[in-house]
Amino acid sequence: MSTPHEGRDEHADPHLQHHFESMAQQYDSGKFGMWLFLVTEVLLFGGLFCAYAVYRANHPEIFAYAHQFLDKTLGGLNTLVLIVSSLTMAMAVRCAQLGQQRRLKQMLAATLLCACVFLAVKGVEYQHKWKHGLLWGTRYVAQGETAAPADAAGVVTTPEPAAAVPVPADGGTTLPHAATGPAGLAGDHPQDGHGAAAHGGHGSAGPAPRNVQLFFGIYFVMTGLHGIHVLAGMIAIGWLLRRASAGEFGPQYFAPVDFVGLYWHLVDLIWIFLFPLLYLIH
Amino acid sequence: MSTHDATAAPPAVGSENYLNCSHGFRSWFFTLDHKRIGVMYLASILSFFLLGGILALLIRTELLTPTRTLMSADDYNKVFTLHGAIMIFLFIIPGIPAALGNFVLPLMLGAKDVALPRLNLASYHLYLVGALIAVLSIVQGGVDAGWTFYAPYSTTTNTAVVTLTLGVFVLGFSSVFTGLNFIVTMHKMRPAGMGWFDMPLMLWALYATSIIQVLATPILGITMVLLIVERVMGIGIFDPALGGDPVLYQHFFWFYSHPAVYIMILPAMGIISEVVSVFSRKHIFGYRAIAYSSIAIAAFSFLVWGHHMFTSGQSQLMNMIFSALTFSVSIPSAVKMFNWLSTMYKGSIRFDTPMIYALSFMFLFGIGGLTGLFLGSLATDVHLHDTYFVVAHFHYVMFGGTVIAFLAGLHYWWPKMFGRMYDEKWGRISAIIISVGFNITFFTQFVMGSQGMPRRYYAYVDKFEPYHVISSIGSYLMAVGFFMTAWYLVKSLYRGRPAPANPWGGAAMEWQAASPPVLHNFTEEPVVGDPYDYSNQTYDPAIGGYVRRKTEVSDR
Repeated sequence: MSTPHEGRDEHADPHLQHHFESMAQQYDSGKFGMWLFLVTEVLLFGGLFCAYAVYRANHPEIFAYAHQFLDKTLGGLNTLVLIVSSLTMAMAVRCAQLGQQRRLKQMLAATLLCACVFLAVKGVEYQHKWKHGLLWGTRYVAQGETAAPADAAGVVTTPEPAAAVPVPADGGTTLPHAATGPAGLAGDHPQDGHGAAAHGGHGSAGPAPRNVQLFFGIYFVMTGLHGIHVLAGMIAIGWLLRRASAGEFGPQYFAPVDFVGLYWHLVDLIWIFLFPLLYLIH
Repeated sequence: MSTHDATAAPPAVGSENYLNCSHGFRSWFFTLDHKRIGVMYLASILSFFLLGGILALLIRTELLTPTRTLMSADDYNKVFTLHGAIMIFLFIIPGIPAALGNFVLPLMLGAKDVALPRLNLASYHLYLVGALIAVLSIVQGGVDAGWTFYAPYSTTTNTAVVTLTLGVFVLGFSSVFTGLNFIVTMHKMRPAGMGWFDMPLMLWALYATSIIQVLATPILGITMVLLIVERVMGIGIFDPALGGDPVLYQHFFWFYSHPAVYIMILPAMGIISEVVSVFSRKHIFGYRAIAYSSIAIAAFSFLVWGHHMFTSGQSQLMNMIFSALTFSVSIPSAVKMFNWLSTMYKGSIRFDTPMIYALSFMFLFGIGGLTGLFLGSLATDVHLHDTYFVVAHFHYVMFGGTVIAFLAGLHYWWPKMFGRMYDEKWGRISAIIISVGFNITFFTQFVMGSQGMPRRYYAYVDKFEPYHVISSIGSYLMAVGFFMTAWYLVKSLYRGRPAPANPWGGAAMEWQAASPPVLHNFTEEPVVGDPYDYSNQTYDPAIGGYVRRKTEVSDR
């Protein structure tokens, strides 16, 4: 809005930039741009969903085992909080369109509050993981082996990696032969079953499969990147709140509220996919 | 577009234009004008082209002898990594779209600016930030992982991989913003009377490029993020010791980086479509076929990444599918080639500098494209994989294709950008020197690659020495050509003949603006018409350019 709009003697909306014909054209352009940006966001997360799919397909037992360490209650609470925040955001857009200044500010503040609650709950979850060493890669601390592998329903549920992959004597690397890689079409480890280890459900986590840290690596990258997006959304909403306090939005000009709203719904939507994929595995 | 503001607004008659309408660092660095942003991009990418080119000369000089010539093996690894990363991420990818495209796209639409000028400026600032971060890796001692950053080497080497990949991550956003902006601009800013199939083909090419930028670059972003967290936090996603899979990295990387080569070549093809038609004085042949083939290349580009991984242990079935899809890409590329040739057929061809570059492009891209088929066939690729044959193929497409077309475009729009004509004689001479030097440098690499010279090697067996020497001599010849080009282009800024509005007789809308254009591009409402119809132009020797024939006011 900082550009000069010389010679534009029409209705001269101060928000109309110099190179557009009309507010409608400007609004359409912005909205189209926002949608394209959301496409790039989906693809950014798409890479992670892809990594998730590859590792889950190759090592279902890791996911079945490790997801039990996630707190479904807190995850569910966060899902609810985000859905409510989407509602308040949608109402904020509506208020901006109708020019209801007071309610607009209330709704934006409510959205911001929900976002804070979400991050706080996430923080509690992270802290819990940190305390128990449920972390990524090298920082993962093996959880106490609950029982000998053989006693779980009499079946050998623990994958025997030594039988599936030739492990070098030093045990340093377990690089699977190429056919079991992400691209591999060869049927891999039949004895892995489908997460048989997780079906115990007696409160015990069952015997731990190898490479559990993979799950937590994916968990932290996905929720972490999502958390960064929540933070970015909070900054944007805070910016809206400041502009709304100055009474800048109204029926003629509500594009920023609308666009941030779209972004916020996407952040919400991504969580709606993350929650079942990470917390609700069977 | 609006009809009444040009005269109401200040553009004082005479010589005021976008270059001299305001002064000072801030008036450039924080400008929202697409032309200034384009010029800033141009200056930046050319600086990095110089840096990347010096690194290339160091590589070629080192390879003059089978053992040490200039530098240690470690330094050599760092130099070729940096050469690749700088040329790809800092020069070629932003080269045509962000520098030339930014300048001409709104002009070709008869618009005052791109749809989202602030995003455009943000894109340039991000480019600078990304470039600075990337260059910082040199200060930290350089990176030796190759520009592809393959895991597990990139996750275990002790060089500054994080810095360089962070730079690439930021540059990715810059690229996304440019592409996004262009798509929105073409959708929302076309003037009344210009349908999709009335646009110049350069715009179709930029559109296809932008689609790839928007859809592929985020994958590069997440790949770089994963690589960074892998190194910084040891997340283990690409580390086999922790259950990860390094081949997944290759999939991620090529899912972006194969489409990325079409980010580089598609806008180049757009330039060739413009230049070939204008300098043949003949309507472009097969307009729709060229337009559709741009989109087809963009679509295919997402389906062929696996051809980089024929020897990485993919299943045979996947190899066969990727090979077949790779062959399919040659169809739309050949469609363009044949259409350009048909455009020239029975045209009155003028061998000005842009046209010499365009012809050079067709020759070199022809070789580059056809050798791509060698590499796309499974059995041959096993022999040629990771040899100089691949290096030569890549350079024929990227350098012989994109850079040569970039030079064609630079010379074609130079008068429009700066209002000065360069010295045509020196332009032609250096175009020929660069072409000849290029072939000497890289054709020899086809030969030694097919005989088994592996790429990236510092020391090599003696029998390849003659080839390396010839190749290096060619690279010096090219350097001479480039320095000549830099010299006469810079000289033209001070001494060049003032350029007329339409020096080449182009019919697209950018030639209706003054040279250089005023701040808001057009002083009077530009006329929308067929961008390849040259029938109502006539050469005016008094101004040394083409003017619209006044006799018939064509409203047919």
